Amino acid sequence: MTDQATTGRRSTDQATTGRRSTDQAMNRPATIPAATGQAAAPATREIPGTGAGHRHVLVAVVNNRPGVLNRVASLMRARNFNIDSLAVGHTERPDVSRMTITLHGDDVAVEQVAKQLYKLIDVLKVQDVSDEPRIEHELALIKVRATNSTRAEVLKIVELYKGRVVDVAADSVIVEATGTEDEIDALVALVGGFGIREMVRTGTTVMVRGPQVVEYEGAGK
Amino acid sequence: MLHESKPRGRTRIGADVLCEGLRRQGVDVIFGYPGGVLLPLYDVLGDYPELRHVLVRHEQGAAHAADGYARVTGRVGVCLATSGPGATNLVTGIANAMLDSIPMVAITGNVAAALLGKDAFQEIDITGITLPMTKHNYLVRDANELPHVIAEAFHIAQTGRPGPVHIDITKDALQQETQAPHPDAETVLAAIPGFRPTFEGHPRQLRLAAKLIDEARRPVILAGHGILLSGAWDQLREFAEKTQIPVTHTLLGIGAMDETHPLSYGYMGMHGWKHVNRAIQSSDLLIALGMRFDDRVTGKVSAYATGARIIHVDIDPAEIGKNVSVDVPIVGDVGRVLDALTPLVAARQPEDRAGYFAELADWRRGSEARSWHGSGAWRDGLLSADYVVEQIGAAADHDATLVADVGQNQMWVARYGGFRRPHSHLSSGGLGTMGYALPAAMGAAVGRPDKETWAICGDGGFQMTMQQLGTLVQEHIPVKIAILDNTKLGMIRQWQELIYSGNYHSSHLMGPDYLKLAEAYGIAAFRATTPDEVPAAIEAARAIDGPALVHFRIADEQNVFPFMPAGKGLSDLIEEWGGADE
Repeated sequence: MTDQATTGRRSTDQATTGRRSTDQAMNRPATIPAATGQAAAPATREIPGTGAGHRHVLVAVVNNRPGVLNRVASLMRARNFNIDSLAVGHTERPDVSRMTITLHGDDVAVEQVAKQLYKLIDVLKVQDVSDEPRIEHELALIKVRATNSTRAEVLKIVELYKGRVVDVAADSVIVEATGTEDEIDALVALVGGFGIREMVRTGTTVMVRGPQVVEYEGAGK
Repeated sequence: MLHESKPRGRTRIGADVLCEGLRRQGVDVIFGYPGGVLLPLYDVLGDYPELRHVLVRHEQGAAHAADGYARVTGRVGVCLATSGPGATNLVTGIANAMLDSIPMVAITGNVAAALLGKDAFQEIDITGITLPMTKHNYLVRDANELPHVIAEAFHIAQTGRPGPVHIDITKDALQQETQAPHPDAETVLAAIPGFRPTFEGHPRQLRLAAKLIDEARRPVILAGHGILLSGAWDQLREFAEKTQIPVTHTLLGIGAMDETHPLSYGYMGMHGWKHVNRAIQSSDLLIALGMRFDDRVTGKVSAYATGARIIHVDIDPAEIGKNVSVDVPIVGDVGRVLDALTPLVAARQPEDRAGYFAELADWRRGSEARSWHGSGAWRDGLLSADYVVEQIGAAADHDATLVADVGQNQMWVARYGGFRRPHSHLSSGGLGTMGYALPAAMGAAVGRPDKETWAICGDGGFQMTMQQLGTLVQEHIPVKIAILDNTKLGMIRQWQELIYSGNYHSSHLMGPDYLKLAEAYGIAAFRATTPDEVPAAIEAARAIDGPALVHFRIADEQNVFPFMPAGKGLSDLIEEWGGADE
């Protein structure tokens, strides 16, 4: 794995502004605006979810059962939420899967995503880790056109990016790369000049740095 | 004999497990319709006489009947349909239950597991279809899973925010021999760690709410369906009386408080009372109890109660902050929240709010005077629908269950029915399902045989589900049917008149001779075409021991006022012909 710390490239670590856990019991202390009174009443009421959006990374811990991915995807579509990427796989427990969902939206809209996800019986935990220091990696396989005249140059770029050539053919190579979305985008842009014949990316997976883990209630039967 | 019954010593199969499971959950009636894959179930159903099976005439009616049953009893309604078309016919009724948070378990049969995905006869991916319109759903291919699935489905359907749960069972699972035991409650809970609704309000939030309530000068309570679902009508009344805060109702919150109570102020929203909407718009604190700020309630959100802070109590955290931003969110069961909140708030006397109450009373007098028989039909000697509805409500001294259909009739029922007790008003609020009234009234009458039950329909909605007349007769269900017949899709016609320059495309519809139709089924039927015939027709129907139908030939072009055009705010109500008021 190409770890950011060893590559020295741009880290996705972000300043910790406090753990943002969208807990099932949304009984958060409220911020009450200053009293307005009738005379000073605002002319309009704010509509939730229409603020400035930014990229969010959600972790969803779910039961590893048939149809759960469908439930999550169906909910996202039905509620008109746009996912940028969704990666899913087993965890340390065979009965539990973990999804990493990246999406854009304002904080209220993404909180609504999390709360809707919680309504699925098979969802055990949802946590927005956007403000956590974290490792964010995806894997890409890129089949790059590489002839005798260009192969050396392609290999050099791949090496600089700590990528790996995992297959060599007469006129192409398959490059395996891991890193953040931005890092892989950069590599793709560089090798793009030689011609990309095929590409597949896994979508982002995420893990919070340090000892803390995404806690959840016991998993299903 | 060909139809000799099976020896009672036969083995226990999946279908038995299903019946046992339903009995264990206290189910006493199933609204259903048989089909090929359900035959193993119908083969054993007779062995469970405690499970009454009501044979409907269309599966949509089975789901609506289960819905009506659930609304009046507060228990889980159960409907049953076969695979393929039987299952897809249930879908509208399941969606209706989802949008209105009705506890329901919908059971469908499916083809044998080996045929799943093979486009077999009457096979459809029904769990794929019901996935977005249920709280949860199951596809069961093994009879050994059935006991757990049934117990879990009932737990989910009625715990937290209620809703429909769908169980699809393959034919071979229904036939499969099994000794699987039924689980206890702990086992069920342990299997669904992802389902832990919050019931108690957070103490800090309750204190913040109490502070706002004590400081408010023009507070208004918005009472929603959650009050009824939670059984919190006593807590609502006690809270309102202690704080002396007027109570307004959403469509589905009607009945949460006796409308004759001095603090009951009326029904809000698009076709609500103008004085109610005015009170909301000029409020400095909205206390939303078990409601969800639907667009029919708020109108244009940016113009909604712009001077008010909002306390929002709901058991579903996703409803809080979904449609409007709120100041104090409280997640919890509204009854338990009020139990905890009422002791924290200061007691008030009516005289403490004398100025406020005088203004509200003044608005109410004006709005009720203008809205009453607002179409002018009354003045012209035509039969006015609001008068009919008022007379039906009064006939049983406001103790009957009135089940509205959808459209103008629904708004007339909500405004003029006169509701004094919980669960006396049933309406398809969220989905707005035409054809709801008759089958839902069927379920309501089965659930509460001690209450007189009326289905109040327009001629359009009645014609959507009128095949259930056969069910009423065969099952001896004494629903009284009122058809408000204007030979129109009235609400469509109203919008075409007011918004689409009178372009009346497809809003006129013919209907049968309703008296002859009823006669064909052996149902007693009566007609009123003028106001003076109304009370006698209602009394004649009430005197019948069994179902009865009354055909009210109402004015063709009566509108529902006030009326908030789509995209407008609550202050933009149209009160009569000729445009917006204020």
